[in-house]
Amino acid sequence: MAEKQADYRYVGKGVKRKDGVQKVTGAASFTRDMNLPGMLHARIVTSPHAYARIKSVDTREAEKVPGVRAVISGKELNYKVGLYVLDKDILAKEFARYQGEPVAAVAADSELTAEQAAELIKIDYEVLEPVLDPREGMKPGSPRVHPNLGEYGYMKGVFFPQAGSNIPHLQKVRRGDMKAGFSQADLVVESSFYNPQVQHVAIETHVSIVQALPEERVEIITSAQSPYTVRNLFSVCFGIPHEKIRVKVPYVGGGFGGKAGIHLEPLCYVLSKKAAGRPVKLTMTREEEFNTIPCRQGLYSHFKTGVNKEGKITALEVEYVWDAGAYADYGVNIGRAAAYAGAGPYEVPNCKVDSFVVYTNKVFGTAYRGFGHLEVLWGIERNMDIVARKLGLDPVEFRRRNVLMPGAETITGEKITDHHGRVDKCMEAVAAEIGWQGYKTDAERKKEIATGKVRGKGIALLHKAPAMPSFTSTAVVLKFNENGSLDLMTSLVDYGQGTYTALAQIAAEVLKMPVEKVNVPWDCDTSFTPYDWQTVASKGLILSGNATIMAARDCLRQLKSVAGQALRCSEEDLDIGDEHVFIKHNPEARVSYQQLAYGYVYPNGNAIGGPIIGRGHYMAQGLNNLDPETGQGLPALDWTYGAHGLELEVDVETGEFTVLKIASSFDVGKVMNEQQLRCQVIGGVIQGLGSAVTEEFRFSKEGKFLNAGMVDYKILTAKDIPAEMTQHMVETPQLDGPYGARGVAEHPMLSVPSALGNALYDALGIDYFQLPLNSERVYFGIKKGEKEFHG
Amino acid sequence: METTSKETIITVKVNNISYTERVPCNMTLLQFLKDKLMLTGTKEGCGIGECGACTVIMNGKSVLSCLMLAAEADGAEIRTVEGEAGEQGLTALQQAFIDHGATQCGFCTPGMIMSAQELLERNPSPDREEIVEAIAGNLCRCTGYEPIIQAVQAVARDARDARNARNRGK
Repeated sequence: MAEKQADYRYVGKGVKRKDGVQKVTGAASFTRDMNLPGMLHARIVTSPHAYARIKSVDTREAEKVPGVRAVISGKELNYKVGLYVLDKDILAKEFARYQGEPVAAVAADSELTAEQAAELIKIDYEVLEPVLDPREGMKPGSPRVHPNLGEYGYMKGVFFPQAGSNIPHLQKVRRGDMKAGFSQADLVVESSFYNPQVQHVAIETHVSIVQALPEERVEIITSAQSPYTVRNLFSVCFGIPHEKIRVKVPYVGGGFGGKAGIHLEPLCYVLSKKAAGRPVKLTMTREEEFNTIPCRQGLYSHFKTGVNKEGKITALEVEYVWDAGAYADYGVNIGRAAAYAGAGPYEVPNCKVDSFVVYTNKVFGTAYRGFGHLEVLWGIERNMDIVARKLGLDPVEFRRRNVLMPGAETITGEKITDHHGRVDKCMEAVAAEIGWQGYKTDAERKKEIATGKVRGKGIALLHKAPAMPSFTSTAVVLKFNENGSLDLMTSLVDYGQGTYTALAQIAAEVLKMPVEKVNVPWDCDTSFTPYDWQTVASKGLILSGNATIMAARDCLRQLKSVAGQALRCSEEDLDIGDEHVFIKHNPEARVSYQQLAYGYVYPNGNAIGGPIIGRGHYMAQGLNNLDPETGQGLPALDWTYGAHGLELEVDVETGEFTVLKIASSFDVGKVMNEQQLRCQVIGGVIQGLGSAVTEEFRFSKEGKFLNAGMVDYKILTAKDIPAEMTQHMVETPQLDGPYGARGVAEHPMLSVPSALGNALYDALGIDYFQLPLNSERVYFGIKKGEKEFHG
Repeated sequence: METTSKETIITVKVNNISYTERVPCNMTLLQFLKDKLMLTGTKEGCGIGECGACTVIMNGKSVLSCLMLAAEADGAEIRTVEGEAGEQGLTALQQAFIDHGATQCGFCTPGMIMSAQELLERNPSPDREEIVEAIAGNLCRCTGYEPIIQAVQAVARDARDARNARNRGK
């Protein structure tokens, strides 16, 4: 749908956010702010053990507390919930599989009453030996997190749970001939990396309000990213027909993937049902948000890279072992997506990737901005630097010789064309921006270290495609109002990305009307707003943008049809402008959108037409399932490529370092809104920097979560951001993107840790392999004084 | 202040409206604002004073309303985000937040605005470091802070320019 580059009125312009005023005045209402008449408040009781058999749950004392309306435990619930593998109970039944897993719940007149009653519930546990390291968990003799894995339902043809193991999915990619590839290599390098589990830390914690109504009807208000997915998973879980379930999503206080699936809704529903249909609200405390709500998976990665003297990769063997935690959730799909993206944005003729998703007895993983890619790129982009160095090549030059260029094929066999993005251009842009001139020499480094402060620069590339089913679709409805303004209806959720503003720009562009007259109601409602699969994967702008173009064109057809009759001419003779439909060769003869919006009325009172309602949909075209053995196929709607360049300064005495500058570049196809794009990039870069420098879950050897809260788990503050951040955009139009645009919501976060790790090498001559790269780790690396620091 | 063992009566002025309310002794100021006065603009992100989403201005100083009891606010003058925009429209700071893209999901925005507003009232010409210091207790996961800092800088710059223009006029 790339149209000829023209003088756009709104596309590419700095239109201000549609939700700005509501948010700066505090008027924007979030689920957390909402109360319904008769609403009860719920609290949960969670397991203090990483792995335990639940011997008994005694709720009798809790039930006696005045004001308590429902107490519930797992044994009375016979439902399974799951996105891709149906492995989770609403409340733990026989086993509690992670510390923080809900075991019982109370709904009461007030939150305080619910909390007091919850404290009276007695649970008797038999503590079991937990699986805490996925590398151990994948071994045959390991304890089983899910003894019944073989009996669970799952999405067939896409995922492959291994019965009798802790592996809910193994994704393989096989390309070329590994033996031949390594035999062509002049050098083989092996390296291993680790990412800990981390949290999204959206500032609004998860919260849901659910009411069980007569006739099996259900009303849900929830802080979710994907109203239709909540509805569908809810329907599957309870066997309630879709049309009886209404999911409403108001303003959402941040998601980042953490609110993509289904979370508290089923529990609120069973409590509401037990409390005679009163609405039940459950709000996670910040501690519960860490302990109970899913996180980003941990990852152990291993790379064996074969390269020849010309600096070309001849073979790459990769093993990813994901620390999925106790439930599969999105984790299995992350293992899948990260495998087909698992060689980085490079041409690798011979490639083997095994991506094992492994259950452990920890809080489970889910989608988190970038869906596995920050994790694999931590290893991939550090590995590229290490291999380049062993080859004696500049790391930018080494990448230059291997990046995916038009004509190359990805590891799943997708051919790169002139209409794909250009990762090389992104790399060159950031290299120029930070003044990359190669690593400093040992002598230069030594001299600088002697001054106590040493600077370093690093580059890292990135790529990501939306990870989504081959049949992902969306719809947009545009309805005209009597004053000629427009309502844009979508179930894509804008929880800050700015997509609604972009969609309004697109509608205004096609219909040549003021963007101010395109209204986007912020609430999504499955009973009124049309289908969207999920708000994830950086697919919002591309799919919903295309659907908006189609819906606007549908409006246009209807406007012209009625205008043609009103103006007594053929529709062919009509054009639009200035909110009017006019005759091309006689622009004076025109009717306004306002006159057409609800039907045109002739001077004598006769009327034609009717309310103008445009409909557009979009289906990702040509995607297919990956071959189960080789991973070959077309999984990607579009690839967005990018790069970061980073400069830092390290205090050699303390290991403290300051990130001075981060330069970022992405091939976005077409900039839709420059200001919002820059803001999106800055926000993502800082979130990525958080993953790089501070964030990690810490567990005791018994599997107790040691830093579940904002006191001990630090996200970056305003004090922690680099003095300089630059954003550069490449525009290689995507043929099927709206005006050529691609998604870039998640990408800014990716590879920031890798660029930091590479810059630390440049500064110190030390390779670090584990995240986060906090000053403590950097200090111990310096203190150890070796070229590699694996701690 | 009339106090019983579990409840107390307080009088506070919130956004220039006076309220006299009976509140539980253990009710936080945040709960009072949200649950009693239905002023839901102020947000709770952690409940333990770590995130700053609940920031309000009390007697001219920014405070974390989740860490204060409502009873402690007896006799105080409180400003919340709802009271900032007046009949003349948005404040300069609110407008700057929009102009600089300083809000994304919007959940931290009310607290962020109150922290920055308090700074601008006590120091109309803050430098970057002073701005960063003033909002360092307000966590934001979307914006990366830079657009927020730029919004506050813009307000300070405009105010400075206006002052200079006035001085030149004298």
